[in-house]
Amino acid sequence: MERDKLIEMYRTMKLIRRIEQRINDEYKYDEIKTPIHLSIGQEAVAAGVCVHLRKDDYIFSTHRNHAQYIAKGGNIRKMIAELYLRTTGCARGRGGSMHLVDTDVGILGSTAIVGGNIPLGTGTALASKLLNNDRVTVVFFGDGAADEGTFHESLNFAAVRKLPVVYVCENNFYAINSHQKARQAGEGIYQWGRGYGMPGYRIDGNDVLEVSEYARQAIERCRKGEGPTLLECITYRWKGHIGTVDDVGDGYRPKEEYDYWLSKCPIKRFAEFLRIKEILTDELEKAIDEEIDTTVEDAFSFAKSSPKPSTVELTEFVYVD
Amino acid sequence: MPWTTVQVEKLDNFFIKDDTAGDRILTYKDALHEALDQSLARDPRVFIMGEGVDDVAGVFGTTKGLKEKYGENRVFDTPIAENSLTGIAAGAAMAGLRPVLIHARMDFILLSLDQLVNHASKWSYMFAGQVKVPMVVRTISARGWGSGAQHSQCIQGMLMNVPGLKIVAPATPYDAKGLMISAIIDNNPVLFVEHRWLHKTTGPVPENLYSIPIGKGVIRRKGNDITIVAISYMLVEALKAADKLKEAGISAEVVDLRSLKPFDEEIIIESVSKTGRLLIADTGSKTGSVASEIAAFAAEKAFYHLKKPVVRVCCPDTPTPTSDVLEKAYYPSDEDIFREAAKLVRD
Ligand SMILES: Cc1ncc(C[n+]2csc(CCOP(=O)(O)OP(=O)(O)O)c2C)c(N)n1
Repeated sequence: MERDKLIEMYRTMKLIRRIEQRINDEYKYDEIKTPIHLSIGQEAVAAGVCVHLRKDDYIFSTHRNHAQYIAKGGNIRKMIAELYLRTTGCARGRGGSMHLVDTDVGILGSTAIVGGNIPLGTGTALASKLLNNDRVTVVFFGDGAADEGTFHESLNFAAVRKLPVVYVCENNFYAINSHQKARQAGEGIYQWGRGYGMPGYRIDGNDVLEVSEYARQAIERCRKGEGPTLLECITYRWKGHIGTVDDVGDGYRPKEEYDYWLSKCPIKRFAEFLRIKEILTDELEKAIDEEIDTTVEDAFSFAKSSPKPSTVELTEFVYVD
Repeated sequence: MPWTTVQVEKLDNFFIKDDTAGDRILTYKDALHEALDQSLARDPRVFIMGEGVDDVAGVFGTTKGLKEKYGENRVFDTPIAENSLTGIAAGAAMAGLRPVLIHARMDFILLSLDQLVNHASKWSYMFAGQVKVPMVVRTISARGWGSGAQHSQCIQGMLMNVPGLKIVAPATPYDAKGLMISAIIDNNPVLFVEHRWLHKTTGPVPENLYSIPIGKGVIRRKGNDITIVAISYMLVEALKAADKLKEAGISAEVVDLRSLKPFDEEIIIESVSKTGRLLIADTGSKTGSVASEIAAFAAEKAFYHLKKPVVRVCCPDTPTPTSDVLEKAYYPSDEDIFREAAKLVRD
């Protein structure tokens, strides 16, 4: 992989981490009045996949959508303003954290209904095929979404019609507090891809290089008209399902499991790789950090100083012209 | 801290006085827990399933500890597969069990409409009563803290249009327990509508196993000038409004419908024949709401008692906005009921 793409992935992962940590820190001030779902620990998946996407490619994500939004190039100022429910937010404050949108970069909105995005992304892929353009769609979802009928019905449809869509499952083992084992008896989500007639792979979702390599191939297949791929990326969320809680120990996730995954930090691991390759130097790291700090600072102050919507807006956009 | 625990925990305790005997006070959610617990103990055919029913949170505490007590064959976690789960519950019910299926948000019921509407609710009718579907679908509507358009819906109005489905919406702890028990005993699919803001409501709840007939409303406050029919959480707002109306010299009769389908026609006719004015408060969007149905019913059966047009106090016909400012403007409150009721009586 070229050097600048490697650096881009590193930068994206760090940007996601910083923004998420900042949201985590700010949440206690009760100004972000909407549920948040953090992806800290899962950064490599979004970064590794989106590095291969063009601006006009589509992504669809879920309630846990911050990382993907950032990786696809969503507007950071508008994202944070949306969390603060301001008129300058990407949905003018009426969507909140679970419903980020940025049509300029192929983000047509995200859903809080588990599995709800899978048919939608299959639909944009159908449109690419019918319109005969080479836009690719990536649908991101959790392991929980693979329980839903929409997952199975969409994969089947996409395979039959050879649609340009990559299904990316971020398997972090948990759906709220339910472990995957309580919900799925099978050998792995990736195998369903094969069952429906498309390539399916289980990969290390904390290894951004591996994610990126499989995503590159899957996206290329799409562009060549060879149809969909399912990637099951094994990863882990560090924070609890919702808000800023830590759901570790005492009836929740085992502490040993949590500690193990903390030791597998995708960013630390990639940074080490880049250092061995002498791509990442102290100087470059400092420059990236400073740039990210500026971006994050700017976005949060922009958001906090933006106005809230006025109540006359309540009934707008129920229908559009 | 924000969300999950948020809004509800910040609410005042609302104590609903009624004629119920007994001085043991429980919250709505504990009353539900007791109803489920006692039903599991009483009838081995009863089982509970749903996303997260056996985890530490136990569906806002309503199923906490029940798996430990009754075993994982009777209280168990499920995949996130609403439509099929509904059909699976229906099938189990056809085979003689009494499932209670839980959706932590009412919004998720929309994924199960095929099995709920096309199958479970119509089954007895299609087969001339030879197969029964005695199941309970418990759903909880949320509200507040930016729940947004997909996590706060109250779609009971939409579901009233489904033949064969019974719908109850208890507002007090006493009713929550009694109606849950009735719903489980009933031989038909019963949709049990909860509102998250009711979970903290307190009131007297007897320890014994008792049921409340489905289809019977109750008068929560007697009055002569106006009838306010309220459902689910709107009862709390209606009672607050009735207090304010009283101070303003207006005597409001507050009817709690409790059951939405079938609903208590008598109680409405009787009350309206006395007051001549009808206001209906619903937690859902206005068009096609429970309030719409009650209004239509009043036009059909109580028209000559009415001195004034019927008024509906509902959410506007927009999806729920996430913004706190817009959210506040979106939800009707006791103020709205008070204002509309006063106008109806005075103008
Ligand atoms: C249709 C539907 N059912 C249930 C829920 C409640 N819910 C919200 S997130 C979630 C778990 C999702 O787990 P997963 O898909 O693995 O994503 P993760 O949160 O782990 O990223 C559930 C069950 C929902 N939002 N939508």
